[in-house]
Amino acid sequence: MSAPNSDFDPVRTSSLHPDELARMVREALAAIAAATDLDELKAARLAHAGDRSPLALANREIGALPPQARKDAGQRVGAARREVAEAIAKRQEALEAERDARVLVEEAVDVTLPWDRAPVGARHPLTTIQERVGDVFVAMGWEVAEGPEAEAEWLNFDALNIGPDHPARTMQDTFFIDSDGPEPSGLVLRTHTSPVQARTMLDRSPPIYIVCPGRTFRTDELDATHTPVFSQVEGLAVDEGLTMAHLKGTLDHFAEAMFGAGMTTRLRPSYFPFTEPSAEMDLLCFVCRGDSVGNPDRPCRTCSSEGWIEWGGCGMVNPRVLIACGVDPQRYTGFAFGMGLERTLMFRHGIEDMRDMVEGDVRFAAAFGMEI
Amino acid sequence: MRVPMSWLREYADLAPDVTGREAAARLIRAGLEVETVDEAGADVTGPVVVGRVLDFTEETHSNGKTVRWCSVDVGPEHNADRTDEGVSAPSRGIVCGALNFAVGDLVIVSLPGAVLPGGFAISARKTYGHVSDGMICSARELGLGDDHTGILVLEPGAGEPGDDAAAVLHLRDDVLDIAVTPDRGYCLSIRGVAREAATAFGVAFRDPAGAEAGEAAEPSTSGYPVRVDDPHRCPVFVARTVTGFDPTAPSPRWLQRRVQLAGMRPISLAVDVTNYVMLELGQPIHGYDAEALSGPIVVRRAEEGEKLTTLDGVVRTLDADDLLITDDSGPIGLAGVMGGGTTELSDTTTSVVIEAAHFEATGIARTARRHKLPSEASKRFERGVDPALPMAAARRVAELLVELGGATAQPGVTVTGRPPRAEPIEIDVALPGRIAGVDYSVDAVTGALTAVGAQVQTVDAERISVVAPTWRPDLTDPFDLVEEVARLNGYDAIPSVLPAAPAGRGITPAQRLRRRIERAVASAGYIEAPAYPFVGESDFDALGLPADDARRQALRLANPISEEQPLLRTTLLPGLLATLRRNVSRGAPDVAVFESGLVFRPEPGVRPAAPRLPVDRRPTDAELAELEAAIPAQPHRLAVALCGDREPQGWWGPARPVVWADAVEAGRVVARAAGVEVQVRSDDHAPWHPGRCAALFVGDLLVGHAGELHPRVVAALGLPPRTVAMEMDLDLLGSVARGVDEPVPAPSVSTYPVATQDVALVVDAAVPAAEVEAALRAGAGELLESVRLFDVYTGAQIGEGRRSLAYALRFRAPDRTLTAEEASAARDAAVAAAAERTGAVLRGS
Repeated sequence: MSAPNSDFDPVRTSSLHPDELARMVREALAAIAAATDLDELKAARLAHAGDRSPLALANREIGALPPQARKDAGQRVGAARREVAEAIAKRQEALEAERDARVLVEEAVDVTLPWDRAPVGARHPLTTIQERVGDVFVAMGWEVAEGPEAEAEWLNFDALNIGPDHPARTMQDTFFIDSDGPEPSGLVLRTHTSPVQARTMLDRSPPIYIVCPGRTFRTDELDATHTPVFSQVEGLAVDEGLTMAHLKGTLDHFAEAMFGAGMTTRLRPSYFPFTEPSAEMDLLCFVCRGDSVGNPDRPCRTCSSEGWIEWGGCGMVNPRVLIACGVDPQRYTGFAFGMGLERTLMFRHGIEDMRDMVEGDVRFAAAFGMEI
Repeated sequence: MRVPMSWLREYADLAPDVTGREAAARLIRAGLEVETVDEAGADVTGPVVVGRVLDFTEETHSNGKTVRWCSVDVGPEHNADRTDEGVSAPSRGIVCGALNFAVGDLVIVSLPGAVLPGGFAISARKTYGHVSDGMICSARELGLGDDHTGILVLEPGAGEPGDDAAAVLHLRDDVLDIAVTPDRGYCLSIRGVAREAATAFGVAFRDPAGAEAGEAAEPSTSGYPVRVDDPHRCPVFVARTVTGFDPTAPSPRWLQRRVQLAGMRPISLAVDVTNYVMLELGQPIHGYDAEALSGPIVVRRAEEGEKLTTLDGVVRTLDADDLLITDDSGPIGLAGVMGGGTTELSDTTTSVVIEAAHFEATGIARTARRHKLPSEASKRFERGVDPALPMAAARRVAELLVELGGATAQPGVTVTGRPPRAEPIEIDVALPGRIAGVDYSVDAVTGALTAVGAQVQTVDAERISVVAPTWRPDLTDPFDLVEEVARLNGYDAIPSVLPAAPAGRGITPAQRLRRRIERAVASAGYIEAPAYPFVGESDFDALGLPADDARRQALRLANPISEEQPLLRTTLLPGLLATLRRNVSRGAPDVAVFESGLVFRPEPGVRPAAPRLPVDRRPTDAELAELEAAIPAQPHRLAVALCGDREPQGWWGPARPVVWADAVEAGRVVARAAGVEVQVRSDDHAPWHPGRCAALFVGDLLVGHAGELHPRVVAALGLPPRTVAMEMDLDLLGSVARGVDEPVPAPSVSTYPVATQDVALVVDAAVPAAEVEAALRAGAGELLESVRLFDVYTGAQIGEGRRSLAYALRFRAPDRTLTAEEASAARDAAVAAAAERTGAVLRGS
């Protein structure tokens, strides 16, 4: 078949003997199996699969074989080396998994440790309730209007049909701003947000649908139920064909948006100079929903078992106000409503003392977070 | 107005089973604010009866007190057999400490088992050596007023022993307490409330003023002489005289009880009668002792500085606007408000001149307010009294004085003026329905208006003409009539219809900006704490504001809550720092608070007064501009203040105290929320530490200040050391904030690798880092992606008065990987610019 190999050296090629290869593999596999960590495995790999390992040396001997024997020997050495390499890889994987598991256990921490490094802020509920009210009305297509807190008397009173002799215009009720000159300044701290309504009507033509949240001022001493600086939200709609039914519908929707489905309002005849007809607006008690009425077994502290809570005032805009603000009362009608936001917060959140809302104690606002 | 149900029933035919609560509910529905229903006398229970004193013995005891041991006949049902005590007549033995009764007197006895007001339970008890088998009561003990000077002695014939005292004393009644709104003056009377109640229940009403009311009396001078010098302020004056009045005649018990239940104190028959008629009709009455009057009664305006001693004993200095009742002696009464002392009805008065006059409402309101005299009379005149009443009221007073006090009415009567007649109001009969949103029938409209007392006439198919009754001066406009129709048909008939507003524009950019900023600041760990806007000069002093500081230019309140704080804030800091201190004092050492609100910044100099514009038309634009010009600027500001530790000590390491930079960073948080970057420059501005004060700029616009507070300010305000603060003008910020119509240009995001170059620059210590950074940016060119200061070093190696600033510069090209040469060149250019502009020297070179 082939010519004799003159270089053939039976000693040098004895390593290629099948029995010899099997022994090398056996020893390698034993060493690999015996490795208990990655370092030992590395040593075993160097010893049995490295460049100086018996199998590597055997591989080199293939060239010494006669050409006709090389293929057979090459296949046998290749198979042996593959077997060893696979065993190393498998063992490597197992040992790495073992190591990883151990390290992760060692790195475990107490995740219940507190991390209160960053201070936590909050917004005041009087601010967030104003936003919330604004959002309810903006969703209906209304707009949020604002105005100054130091306001012209004319806008705070006269334009709203509160004449010069009205009892509200006394030093007992209203903060007056001093004048620099001999004449009175004609300025007050606004006693309600209604001047914003007047400003809006003077500023543009109907249709007008606005809410005005904001700070208002009256000369009350601070106590559990009064504060000289308080917040209101008022609403005004002026359009063709508006009726008290639209007022009622708006209030009912507002009540539901603020206090939940099924809430409703009740109107009682009342008097305000700027509305005619005028009404007091009661809110269905959102705690007992009227169940406490005539039910002594289930008294309600929120509404004193009356079933209703006084929420604010409302009515159809007095035509005199429309005239003073440049709106044609023959063509347009309007409705307006207003309520105190402190009071709304007090019964919505069970706040018992007005002072908690005005003293700026961080514990109070912190309880309400970023939204209400 | 307090309305006893028994009185109401006299004029409104309420069914007997209608309770006070039911009446209240109906009246509330009709628009009367019934605040409470008092069950008067309901707190007297058990056997309380009329007794007759049969006999008593007076005993003086060792404590010096004299008591009477009485035998009292309390009726067969309650009398005890007392033969074992040696008393023959059936009776009860009762010890009484009062001495103001005689044998045979009728008294009120509460027997064992009775409970008196205040939960005072009566039982048989041993006292002063006897078993007192009940108690003889004083008026006060029965809840009948304040009289406790002795026991209550009934007039002879008031009852029989054993009679239920409640009936004899008119003890039990439901009283409606009504808060009368300013438009419903007529409800300050039984007459007015009875009319409402009759309408509410659909029952008959009888006018206590009789048929005479509503008819104008002819002017007459046959009574006491009267001259009215100011007929505008006093359109009607009626005077009648009674003589021969018995000043010792007592008020009958029913009259006293009604006056008392209505909230007034029974005084004497003559006074009680005037009050009774006022309560019943709503017409204030004044009685003069005729013998104390000298000369004719003259109604005139006061002379400035004139003096009058009113019934309450106070000497009043009068204003030229005050309307007076006078006689030859001078002022004898403040018309419609309060009488004077000299002509007061007394316990010797036998002749009475009765005044029933009508006074103009606003004038009375001014006088009552000026003298702080909200009397029963002024309260009524202010809200509008029926001008047609004086004749009927004066006659009713005279009749009662004749009937109860044995007086003789003089035939003459003086009447000046005529009540003004109401103008007819013509309305579209459909107007009430159009405003209320309810489809009222024509009958429903005319029925309601007739029920309030108006005269309604049909003009044509669509229009009616309405004349308001004299007692409703508030009904002047068509809408006033709409309210009457709506309320009498019930507000609960109004349906609930949501109006469809046109598409809105949402919240304004300024509102959106404020929301964003406030959320950002809260998210950065600040708690919102709004303060009152009231401040004082001392606050400005504490802040160390210079004398010419614009923030000392403040609005002043004419009537502040506290004289220490009469000014309106020009900066948010005084309130916010007070809040900070309050929180610290309440045990919170680490506080970070903010406020967002208006400050008041009047221009220096004399401000023009805000004009009082007309209300019968829209003011002109020029008039409105004049109004606006008088209103001081009120910019919206945001401020933060913080103290203590910004990060607490924890298992992670030591605490990180609050420093000036936290305040500056708060300014950056605000600016970032507005979509702009602030540039910081060092400044010296009160109340900040002159070396630790940052002026915050957006471009060239100064928007605020931040930093550590001046140590003197910290000490003056009692704040924790190193307190820091920031204040910014959000309106100014808003003027430069990125608007919705200025979209952010998108960056091009390069995916090529970054080349980082660090440089350490040595500069004079006085050179601000911001300037060095700006120079680096300018010099580095377009390849620069970012520059960041990562270290500041001072020390001997650098030299005195110098410091080393270490910056990391990151370069990147949009289209290629930068070579080392390109990056180095850009860095060198940056350093060169820094060297040129700030004198920076590359460290180690």
